[in-house]
Amino acid sequence: MFVIMIGDLNSHTPHGPLDRKWTNHKDHARLVNPNNRRKFEIIVVGSGLAGGSAAATLGELGYRVKCFCYQDSPRRAHSIAAQGGINAAKNYQNDGDSIYRLFYDTIKGGDFRSREANTYRLAEVSGNIIDQCVAQGVPFAREYSGYLANRSFGGAQVSRTFYARGQTGQQLLLGCYSALCRQIAAGTVQMFPQTEMLDLVIVDGQAKGIVTRSLRTGKIEMVAGDAVVLATGGYGNVFYLSTNARGCNVTATYRAYKKGALFANPCFTQIHPTCIPHAGDYQSKLTLMSESLRNDGRVWVPKGKEDCAKPPNEIPHTERDYYLERKYPSYGNLSPRDIASRAAKEVCDEGRGVGPGGRGVYLDFADAIKRLGQETISERYGNLFEVYEKITGENAYKVPMRIYPAVHYTMGGLWVDYNLMSNVPGLFVVGEANFSDHGANRLGASALMQGLADGYFVLPYTLPNYLAGQVGKRPSIDRPEFKDAEREVRAKIDKLLKINGNRSLDSIHRELGELLWNKCGMARNKAGLEEALEKIPKLREKFWREVRVPGDGEDFNQSLERAGRVADFLEFAELLCIDALTRDESCGAHFREEHQTPDGEALRDDENFADVFAWEFQGANGTLNPPKLHREPLQFETVHLTQRSYK
Amino acid sequence: MNFRLRVWRQKDRKSRGRLINYDATDIPPQASLLEMLDIMNERLLLRGEEPIAFDSDCREGICGTCSLTVNGEAHGPDHPGAACELYMRKFKEGETIVIEPFRLKSFPIVKDLVIDRSALDRIVQAGGFISARTGSAPEANSILVPKHDADVSMEAAACIGCGACAAACPNASAMLFTAAKVSHLATLPQGETERVRRVVSMVHAMDAEGFGNCTNIYECEAVCPAEISASFIAKLNREYSRATLKRSSGE
Ligand SMILES: Cc1cc2nc3c(=O)[nH]c(=O)nc-3n(C[C@H](O)[C@H](O)[C@H](O)COP(=O)(O)OP(=O)(O)OC[C@H]3O[C@@H](n4cnc5c(N)ncnc54)[C@H](O)[C@@H]3O)c2cc1C
Repeated sequence: MFVIMIGDLNSHTPHGPLDRKWTNHKDHARLVNPNNRRKFEIIVVGSGLAGGSAAATLGELGYRVKCFCYQDSPRRAHSIAAQGGINAAKNYQNDGDSIYRLFYDTIKGGDFRSREANTYRLAEVSGNIIDQCVAQGVPFAREYSGYLANRSFGGAQVSRTFYARGQTGQQLLLGCYSALCRQIAAGTVQMFPQTEMLDLVIVDGQAKGIVTRSLRTGKIEMVAGDAVVLATGGYGNVFYLSTNARGCNVTATYRAYKKGALFANPCFTQIHPTCIPHAGDYQSKLTLMSESLRNDGRVWVPKGKEDCAKPPNEIPHTERDYYLERKYPSYGNLSPRDIASRAAKEVCDEGRGVGPGGRGVYLDFADAIKRLGQETISERYGNLFEVYEKITGENAYKVPMRIYPAVHYTMGGLWVDYNLMSNVPGLFVVGEANFSDHGANRLGASALMQGLADGYFVLPYTLPNYLAGQVGKRPSIDRPEFKDAEREVRAKIDKLLKINGNRSLDSIHRELGELLWNKCGMARNKAGLEEALEKIPKLREKFWREVRVPGDGEDFNQSLERAGRVADFLEFAELLCIDALTRDESCGAHFREEHQTPDGEALRDDENFADVFAWEFQGANGTLNPPKLHREPLQFETVHLTQRSYK
Repeated sequence: MNFRLRVWRQKDRKSRGRLINYDATDIPPQASLLEMLDIMNERLLLRGEEPIAFDSDCREGICGTCSLTVNGEAHGPDHPGAACELYMRKFKEGETIVIEPFRLKSFPIVKDLVIDRSALDRIVQAGGFISARTGSAPEANSILVPKHDADVSMEAAACIGCGACAAACPNASAMLFTAAKVSHLATLPQGETERVRRVVSMVHAMDAEGFGNCTNIYECEAVCPAEISASFIAKLNREYSRATLKRSSGE
C-alpha cells in the first residue's frame, strides 16, 4: 500500500563514544563570527519553553530574531500549564543518579524507540538548565538549608525532579519570557503575538520563510528569513479533549509536512493517567492532576463490582484493589504513564471503575495524611487539591480523588536529525513539535527539560553550523515561492468562509476526537484502525460541506482561526492512524492489542520495528494520497534492548 | 440551568459597543462560564448570528488569557480564580449575568470581550528580568536561598499576568502586577545586582502606559486569581524609595 524506503534518512549522529559525541560535535561545528550574526534573520515560530529559550538565546548571540505566537503574549504559551517539575541529573540527593542513569531511564521509559545520542545529550545538558533557570530567578522549591529540593516522578527510582510548587512550567516559562523580554527591549528580538503561521516557504530546497496571518487584523504577510525554527508544541488536540490549551494545534507542523518535511512517529501519543474524569459533552478540555500526586497518593478500585457505587470511605482496606502496587511492586504507584493508564483502563473495562459512567479510579491520600499530616500534604499539593475542588466540588482531603487517563503529550512530531534540523535544510524543529528524545513514551518532567535543552543549549550550537554556509542567501519576498504560498493561504481561507453550512466546528471536531479516542487511543487494533481510516475521510468531506464559518477574513475572527486548525486535524488524523496501523507491534504508549505479553504488557518487535517511521506527504487528489514511509533504523551501541519491566 | 445574559458586544476598537441580552437555557451546572459561552456561540452560529468573541486558552486558570468582568467583578464572584475556573453551579437559577471585558484605558477593546493587554508586556520589557546570559550561570547550588525567601519569592512570582488587578482598581493602577514582579526578583540574591535599575524602570514604564496610582483600596488583592498579597505593593514602594534614595545620593 505504501512505498517504503529504508535507511535513506541520515541522522547525522556524530561518531565516537556516546559520552563524547556532543562535545566533539560542538568542537567541530562551524561558527558565525559576531559581526556577521546581525546579518542573519531567524524566524522562530512559538514562544513556549522551546521557542522562547531559542529566541532569547539567539538574540543574545546577536542574531536578528522574529518570534511569533498565537496568544496575545508570549508568556501565555501552553508550557505555562506544566505542573509537576523538570528532571536533571544533578544527583543532589546522593541517591545514585548520574547522566547515564537519566539517559537510561529515558531510553527505557521510551521503550527503546528513541535515538541514543539525542537522549544522551539531553541528559548531559540537563544540569545546565537548572543552573540557568536558578540564575534567572526561577523560585524552585528549597530545603530549610537553602539548597534546592527534589521530588520523585514516575519511571525513576531516584529523586531528580526540580519543582516550583505545582507551577513549575509557569515559573520556567516566566524565566524564559523574562530573558525574551530583555532581548525585545534590546531590539534583537521582534515579537509578533497573535500571529499565526499558516505556511512554510521553501526556496531552492531550503526553508527560507513563512506566511502568517494576524489574528487581530486578518492581515496576511510573507516573512523571509535565513532559517526557520518551529517550536509550535504538540498536537494532542487532534483528540478534541486533552489537557492541552484550546489553541494548541498541528497547523504549523502539518503545513510544513505538506511542504516536504517528514512527520515522524505520529502514533506515539501519550495518555496521562491522572486527569479529572470526563463529565459531559459541554466539556471543552480535560484537566491534569500532576503526576507528582502519585508520590503520596495510592491508586485503587474496589475488588468487587458491587462496591463501585458505595462511598469510598465505607469500603474497607481488604476490599480494595491497589492494582498498581499489586502488579508492579517495585515501582508501584510510580510506574510509567503508559503502564498506569492502561492499568486504569483495564480495571474500568472489567466494570470496577468508579464515578459517572464507571470511568474513574481513586487516588487516595488518606494514608499519606495519616503519616505526614494534612499540612504537609497541603504544602506539597495544595493548589492541585483546590483545582480539583473547583471542578468537581469535592474535597480530596476527605474523600479520595477520582481520576482517569486523558490525552496529554505527543512524542511524535517533525523528523529531525541530531542537529534538530528536519530533512528540509534550514527548517529546525524544537520542543514538543519534534519527535526526537522520548521514543514511544515520555517520562514525567522530561518535556520541560527537553524544551529548554533544545532552545538554550542545543540549537544555539547547531543552527550556526547551518547558517555559516548561508551568508547572503536570504531571498526577497518577491520570489514566486512566496507569492504562491500566500495565494494558497488566501485560497484556503476563502474556501472555509464559503462553505456556509449549518454545523459548528466543535461538533465535527468532537466527532473526530471520539473516533480517535476509541480506535486509536490507549489500545489499538487492526480492525479499529481500518475503521477509523474509513471514517476520517468521510468526516473530512462532511466538514467541507456542512460546517459554518461566519464573518470574513479581514477581521478578528475566532471561528476562522479554529476552522483552519480543525481542517488540518482532520487530515492529520489520517496520518496518525496510518502510522498506528503500519507499526505492527506494541511499544510504550502505542499498544496494539494483537501484540502483548501473557500478562498484558506491550510486546515489542525489535527485529522489524526498531525504527523511526518518518512519513512524506504525497499530495492529494480528491482524497489524500497514501504517504511515503521512510525508516530510520535505530542503532543501539550502548544499551541492550530488554523487555521493559517495572515489577 | 437557565440564565439571562447581558453581554458586551463591540465590533472593533473604534465602534461603540453595548450590552445585548441573550437567554441561556439548559446549561449544565457543571459547565464553566466559558463553556457556557461556547454553548451560546454554537447556538448563535446556527441561528446565523455572529458568535461572541472572547479570549481563553489553558482553561485551567494559569495562562492568564481570559479577561472577563462578570456581574461587575473582574473574573466574577468566585474568588480566587480566573473566569475560566468559574462554574455555572455557583450562580442561581434564573440569575441575570452581565459579562463585560476588563475595562480600562490601558487595555483597549479589540472586539466584544477581547482586550489588548500589551501594556503589561512592556512593563516587563522595561526591566522585569535578571540579565543572566545563557551559559553563564554558576552551579545552581552555589546560590543558597533561605526557604522562607524562596517561598515569598514564589508567592509573588505566581502572578498570571491577567491584569484583573488593574481592571478592578478604581484608579486603574497596575501596581499589584508590577509589585509582584519586582518583589519576586528583589527577594532573591540573584536579583540583587539589578535591583535599583529594575524597580525604577518598571515603575516609569507603568506610568508611561497610563496606569493610575495606588490609593490602598485593595480591590486588586480581592480579585487576584493567584492570590498575590497587596503587601507586595508596600514592598514595591519601599524598593522604589530605596532606589531613588540610592540614585539621588549618587550611589
Ligand atoms: C497540563 C500539562 C502539564 C504538564 N506538566 C509537565 C511537567 O510537569 N513536566 C514536564 O516536563 N512536562 C509537562 N508537560 C508537557 C510540557 O508542558 C510541554 O511538552 C512543553 O511545555 C511544550 O513546550 P513547547 O515550547 O514545545 O510548546 P508550547 O509551550 O506549547 O508552545 C507552543 C508555542 O507555539 C505557538 N504556536 C503554535 N502554533 C502556532 C502557529 N500555527 N503559529 C504561530 N505560533 C504557534 C504558541 O503560541 C506557543 O507560543 C505538561 C503538559 C500539560 C499540557
